[in-house]
Amino acid sequence: MSVEGLIIIPAFNEALNIGRVLNDIKTHAPDLDVIVVDDGSTDSTADVAAQCNTDVLRLPHNLGIGGAMQAGYKYAERKGYEMAVQFDGDGQHRADQLEALITPIIHGAADFAIGSRFLGEKAYQGQFARLFGIKILSRVVSLLVGRRITDPTSGFRAANRKVMAFFTRNYPDDYPEPEAVVLLHRAGFRTIEVPVLMRERLSGSSSITSVKAFYYMVKVLLAIMIDMVKRVPMG
Amino acid sequence: MDIIPFLTSCVTALILMSVVELIRRNRLKEKYSLLWLVAAFVMLFFSISRSSLEWLSLLVGIQYPPSFIFILAFLFLIVINVHFSTVISELFEKNKDLTQEVALLRKSLEEKREADN
Repeated sequence: MSVEGLIIIPAFNEALNIGRVLNDIKTHAPDLDVIVVDDGSTDSTADVAAQCNTDVLRLPHNLGIGGAMQAGYKYAERKGYEMAVQFDGDGQHRADQLEALITPIIHGAADFAIGSRFLGEKAYQGQFARLFGIKILSRVVSLLVGRRITDPTSGFRAANRKVMAFFTRNYPDDYPEPEAVVLLHRAGFRTIEVPVLMRERLSGSSSITSVKAFYYMVKVLLAIMIDMVKRVPMG
Repeated sequence: MDIIPFLTSCVTALILMSVVELIRRNRLKEKYSLLWLVAAFVMLFFSISRSSLEWLSLLVGIQYPPSFIFILAFLFLIVINVHFSTVISELFEKNKDLTQEVALLRKSLEEKREADN
């Protein structure tokens, strides 16, 4: 692996998880650099990350996942990295899946790779309402971008330098994962999905109720509809 | 003399004066005060000249002139709210850029300090 890559981990109050996540990455992907974007946490997330000898971007106040991720992309772009990888700070993503995710980017097979829980032989188990919401979103996003996107809410992603530069200028704020897929399609980038394994949530039952899952889906659909009528600068 | 035109003139004159005073004290940017000034002037004009209000409302087919005032006020509030939404969006975007920039600058400052040591 000769490509200079940076893993971006946005983290908001993840002091309990971030250490484990960083160790996982150090074990399985020692060649990739890491930046933790502390999104104005009120706990010791940034200090814990710094103690793990990891670079930390400290946002002075909470921007939300979109603004935090974009800060990471700006950092990657300015540092001249060839590739950026999005990785969750809550322990849901697995570092041993990184190789599979970044391979299409390294070989130039795509501009943007999305790690999908729903591709491959071992299907992801989850709460019904949540899976149903993702299924509907998947249908709509697939229709809009003209190719099958099975996991539009997955935050396990890799971008090449062109997409990185594009994201420093345009990154959605509200529901960045599904919105970014639509945005990239409209800007003319090539997106690919890669089958990956993810961990089930560690903390017992998910806090997302059926009502919340439905509400989330409706809001994302609205945001995507708005994205479709927006003027998008070409990548 | 009717008391109503006198009262409305006083109220709109008061609004006009407060807007001017807010601008004078630098508490309100001229850019955002323009809409308020225009609205206050229109109200003042109509409270003084009831006949022009009646003439205008009949011209657009409204039988009851005060309804015309309500329509104007309602439209004005909608316009100024949309205007404020665009201002807030713009501020949000600038705030996000600045927040990210502060974090990036702080990081490069830390790196510089480490390199110097």
